[in-house]
Amino acid sequence: MIDLFVVPLLKILVVLNVTLVCVTYMVLLERKVIAWAQSRLGPMRVGPYGVLQPIADAVKLMIKEDITPTRADKWVFTAAPVISMVPALIVYAVIPFGPEVTLFGRTFTLYIADINVGLLYIVSVASVGVYGIILAGYASNSKFPLLASLRASAQLISYEVAVTLTLVSVILVAGSLSMVEIVRAQEHSHVWFGFIQPLAFGIFFIGGLAETNRAPFDLPEAEQELTGGFHTEYSGMRFALFFLAEYANMIVVSSVATTLFFGGWLRPFPNVAALNFLGIIPSWAWFGIKSFVFLYIFVWVRATLPRYRYDQLMRLGWKVLIPLAIINLVVTGIVKVALM
Amino acid sequence: MGHAIAFYTLSAFILGFAVMVVTTPDTVHSVLFLVLDFLFVAALYVLLGAQFLAVIQILVYAGGIVVLYLFVVMLVNLKRAPEAHSDPHRHTKIGIGLAAATLVELAVILAYGYARPAPTLAETTTAAMPVVGNTQQVGWLLYTSYLIPFEIASMLLLVAMIGAIVLAKREL
Amino acid sequence: MEITPTHYQILSAALFIIGVVGVMMRRNLIIIFMSIELILNAVNINLIAYSAQQQNVVGQVFAVFVIAVAAAEAAVGLGIILAFYRNKETVNIDEMNLMRW
Repeated sequence: MIDLFVVPLLKILVVLNVTLVCVTYMVLLERKVIAWAQSRLGPMRVGPYGVLQPIADAVKLMIKEDITPTRADKWVFTAAPVISMVPALIVYAVIPFGPEVTLFGRTFTLYIADINVGLLYIVSVASVGVYGIILAGYASNSKFPLLASLRASAQLISYEVAVTLTLVSVILVAGSLSMVEIVRAQEHSHVWFGFIQPLAFGIFFIGGLAETNRAPFDLPEAEQELTGGFHTEYSGMRFALFFLAEYANMIVVSSVATTLFFGGWLRPFPNVAALNFLGIIPSWAWFGIKSFVFLYIFVWVRATLPRYRYDQLMRLGWKVLIPLAIINLVVTGIVKVALM
Repeated sequence: MGHAIAFYTLSAFILGFAVMVVTTPDTVHSVLFLVLDFLFVAALYVLLGAQFLAVIQILVYAGGIVVLYLFVVMLVNLKRAPEAHSDPHRHTKIGIGLAAATLVELAVILAYGYARPAPTLAETTTAAMPVVGNTQQVGWLLYTSYLIPFEIASMLLLVAMIGAIVLAKREL
Repeated sequence: MEITPTHYQILSAALFIIGVVGVMMRRNLIIIFMSIELILNAVNINLIAYSAQQQNVVGQVFAVFVIAVAAAEAAVGLGIILAFYRNKETVNIDEMNLMRW
């Protein structure tokens, strides 16, 4: 009884709280890193070195006036930010943060659920996340958001294909769809899949950038383009939900990249005895460090690269990434059969 | 007991949302009810132990086909509703009555006509497959016994893709 | 109460009939297509219920093919709707009478 209800609920509480805190502090990380890349300091006033800035942002967004356009579809308008945020959060049910830990005499696994189709679950939940964007643009009852949302969703579904094909290559190498099994396969083979499948990792990361509408693929929501994209008519807490949903999606892509390509909770070089002092760092901390590196790379790319035009973006997705992903899959299959 | 509660709850939602799909005047709301319906059907598949098919249902149906419907609904944004006036030749109430009668008949036949035992199935039983796990078994069947339908289905999808592009282009 | 495949069959029949009622009653072509998807889902529920009872995965393989065919049919059908809309500015099926004498 306790194992069926109480333990998962507690795990969900912990994971959701940590995720939401990380999402709010991503805002600060992004502003700081972009500022440093541009030789300035970023937020410095609120708290020491600007550490309390996300709290100020949250308070500002919560007390802002909540405007609904007159002839907007009320239910859909309210539901769209929720539909954007929920898929980003429920993916954490299958991501493994660590193997097992023993507390108060009980053994807890550091993942909420280990379902046998874990990777497909992540892909399917990500494909449902497209609805938030389409419905936001439609419900705003205004031309610019509608066009921007159709563009954004077309971008998302295009890059979904390339990302899913790279994930199939990873499944071929790992031999299982379950996320925990994939990490254990990396543990058994003593090499992380990022080094066996570098092309797949590259395509996954670029596709992840496009899937989360991040620079250089952020045309649908850039302020200089279509007046702010699909969240033009949103203000206050609803806009905050979209904003947070984008950062939550970024953290999801980083976590999934860590789990699939860079060993999840595994310590680097577990065979080298000279580096055994790294064993002090617990498994979930390794997971956090690796995800943080990918988040930093997300922000670094935003600070550095110029924006793609929409037709260049679609050309890249359909004509470059999908053929590369298919070639990668075919070569992986051939090598796997040849090595058997 | 848990199985029964889950089944009745999910069925109530599935049928409720299906009725909403068919009766809502606004097309976009109808599409949204369809998505919810598919999500609950996927939950029913999980209850039946078909996990692979549940995620395929969400991935392909709810996340692909219905997005396509939503796109078309937005590209075909109508200024006047298609059902602005009701057709006198259409006997709506008689139609619904007949449908309800058919459903009751079907339910009675199914519930009381189940006297004989189920006939034995084909040769591909679970014991013959060298893999365990739902996804692995579906994959094994798809690539051994049902390879030809699999290849034909991929040809079908290719033809449909080309056909949809040709139909929807402005000029060829 | 024990949930037998007959329960799933009755659910599938009810969903099927709702889909057929939708095809017959509505005049918006897009909603007619969506009712056809409901019919296909009803068939899938039936297939998978029996696959679970017989402990045989063939039903699920069949259901995969049904989903693939539904995807192909939806794509082509929506292409036809778009092509027709470009010509006649309507998706009301009563107004699609270009070939009537």
